[in-house]
Amino acid sequence: MTTTTERSTTAPEPQFDETEIVRVSVPRRTATSELRAIRIVWHRELVRFRNDKMRMITSLVQPFLFLFVLGAGIGTLAQAGTHGVNFKTFIFPGILCMTVMFTAMFSAASIVWDREFGFLREMMVAPVRRSSIVIGKVLGGATVATFQGLIVLALAWSVHVPYSVGLIFGVIGIQLLLAFAITSFGIMVAIRIKQMQSFMGVMQMIVMPMYFISGAMFPASGLPAWLTVLNRIDPLAYAVDPMRRLVFSHLTISPIARRVLDPGLTWWGWKMPALLECAVILLLGLIMLSIAIWRFSASE
Amino acid sequence: MTAGVEARPSKLNRVSLTGPAITVTNLTKTFGDLEAVKGVNFEVGAREVFGFLGPNGAGKSTTINMLCTLLKPTSGTATVAGHDVVTERDDVRRNIGLVFQDPTLDGYLTAAQNLKLHADLYGVQSNLVQPRMRQVLKMVGLWDRKDGTVNTFSGGMRRRLEIARGLMHSPRVLFLDEPTIGLDPQTRRSIWSYIRELQAREEITIFMTTHYMDEAEWCDRIAIMDGGEIVAIDSPETLKAGIGTDRVTINTADDDAAIAALLETFGIEAKISEGAVTFGVPEGEQFVPRLFAELSVPIQAVSVSRPTLDDVFMAFTGSTIRDAEEDPAKSRNRAMLQVMGGRPPR
Repeated sequence: MTTTTERSTTAPEPQFDETEIVRVSVPRRTATSELRAIRIVWHRELVRFRNDKMRMITSLVQPFLFLFVLGAGIGTLAQAGTHGVNFKTFIFPGILCMTVMFTAMFSAASIVWDREFGFLREMMVAPVRRSSIVIGKVLGGATVATFQGLIVLALAWSVHVPYSVGLIFGVIGIQLLLAFAITSFGIMVAIRIKQMQSFMGVMQMIVMPMYFISGAMFPASGLPAWLTVLNRIDPLAYAVDPMRRLVFSHLTISPIARRVLDPGLTWWGWKMPALLECAVILLLGLIMLSIAIWRFSASE
Repeated sequence: MTAGVEARPSKLNRVSLTGPAITVTNLTKTFGDLEAVKGVNFEVGAREVFGFLGPNGAGKSTTINMLCTLLKPTSGTATVAGHDVVTERDDVRRNIGLVFQDPTLDGYLTAAQNLKLHADLYGVQSNLVQPRMRQVLKMVGLWDRKDGTVNTFSGGMRRRLEIARGLMHSPRVLFLDEPTIGLDPQTRRSIWSYIRELQAREEITIFMTTHYMDEAEWCDRIAIMDGGEIVAIDSPETLKAGIGTDRVTINTADDDAAIAALLETFGIEAKISEGAVTFGVPEGEQFVPRLFAELSVPIQAVSVSRPTLDDVFMAFTGSTIRDAEEDPAKSRNRAMLQVMGGRPPR
C-alpha cells in the first residue's frame, strides 16, 4: 500500500502508548441495565438544563408576565367578582400549573433537538430498549419542569399565599404528576417530528388553548356548555383544580368567595375528589407515555 | 489479507472471531416501489478492512443500516459477529461500533462526558471506563482535549472523537459510514492512518463506505455497489489488474466529431467523461502515436493513465463515480463496458 508512506507531517499522528490494550465487554441486556439506561437519559436532561441558563430564565418569563402584569391589570377590573380575594392570589395555582406545563413542553422538544443534531441515533443503536430512552426523557423533562415550578412556588408570599409544609409538598406532588403527563404528551407529539420549527408550530397551536380552557385564569364553572366539554377533556384542568383547592385550603377567605372561585370540577354534576383528579392526570400521563413508546419503537 | 499494516500479536487472551465477521445472503430492501438493495451476497473476514464503494443512492447506506440493525431487511439474512441482525439484534449491537455519516455527538457535553455516557449506555464495567477512555482518546490524539466541549471542536476532531466513541466498548466490528465526508484531504489522510492503526492494534474488523475512490486504496478488499447490486468485489490491486486497459483522455476542438472518428478509424467507442473524450485501450502509450497520425480531428491535449479504481468503477458501471452522482441514470449506461475490457457484472 503506497499511500501509507505519504502521511502528512502536520496532521497529528496516532499516539499509542505501549501499555496493554484495555478491553471491555458489553454485558447482555437485563432489567438493571434498562434502569441504568433510564437513569443515564434522565441525568443527561438535567445536565443539559443546568448548562442552559438561558432556558431556565426564558421559561420563567411567561409565568411572571401572566402573574404580575396580566394579573395586576385584570385584577383592577375583576375586583367586583372576586369577593375580596386578590386576583393574583386567585390565578396563582393556575400559574403554578402553567410554569410546569410550559417547561415540560420545552423539555419534550429536546427529543426533536436530539434528532436534528443526531444524538438520538447514538441512543437508538445502543443495546437498550427504545422504551428506556422514552421513559428517561419523560422523567428528565418532568424533573426539570417540577424544578421550575418550585421557583414560582417560592413567590407565594408576594401573592398573599402563606407557606406551610402541607402546601409545599402538595404542590410538588401535583406538579410532578402534571409535569409527567405534559412531558409524555409533548414527547408523544414530538417523537416523529423531524424539525424544531414544526414542533414549535404544533405546540403553539396546542398549548395556549389548553391553558385557557383549563380554568387556570378564571373559574371553569362560568364557561358555556361546549367549552365545558372541552374543559373536561383538557388534562391541564385536572391539575389546575386540585392545585387551586390545595392553595385555597390554606387561605382565610369568605365562604362565598370559596364557592364562586373554587367550585371544583364536576362529572355530570358530581364533584370529583382531588385524589381522583390526580389519578386522572396520572392515568392520562401513562396512556400518553405508552403511545409515545409505541410510536418510537415502531419508527425506523 | 493484503494489508500494508502488519497485524501485531495480541497481548491478551481474547477469544478471536472464528469464521467471517459478516455474512450477507440474498439481502434485499425495498422502500415502496424502489428496490434499494437487490439481493446482495458477500462475506467479510475477521480483521479485514472492507470498503463499500459506490455513488450516492447506490444502496450503501441502506445495506450498512441493515447490518447495524437500524433497518429491517425486506428479505434475506445477514449475520454480524456471528449473530443474526434480525433475530439477535441486541447481540449484534453489543458487538459493533458505529460512526455515522452525520455527527451524533452531544455538542454541549465535553469529549470525556460523551464517552462516559456511551460507556454507561453500553454497560461497560465502571472500573474500566477511565482506562479505556484514556486509551481510545490517546489513539485518536484527543487525550489532551478530553475536557473540551465538543461544540468547540473542528470537523476532523469531532470525527476522531466519534471513532474513539465507537471503539469505547471494544466492538468486534466497527462500521464507518463515510467517515471522511466533508473533511479536507489532509484530515482525511490522517483519519485513515488512524483507522489502519486502530485496526491493527485492536484487531477488529472494519466495514466502511466511501465514495472517494482514492480512499478505497486503504481497504483490504472492496465491493463496488451500483444501483442496489454488488458489481465487483476483490482487493483493489486485483480489481485494477483485471482492467487490462489504460485510460486515454483527449481534448479536441470538436468532441462529437472525435468520438465519431475514433469509432470509424479504430473501432473504439469513446464517451465524454468529466469534460473530455475518454476511452480505454490496451498499451495506451503505444497507441498515442497512432492516434495523432490517424485521427482526423485535431487533438489539443492527451493523457494516458494506468488503471485506477475510477477505471474499475467505470468498467463495471459504465460511468465515473462523479458522473454517476450528477446523473444517476448514467450509472445504468453500460456502453463503456466492452470498451474498457472489463468483466461483465455478475
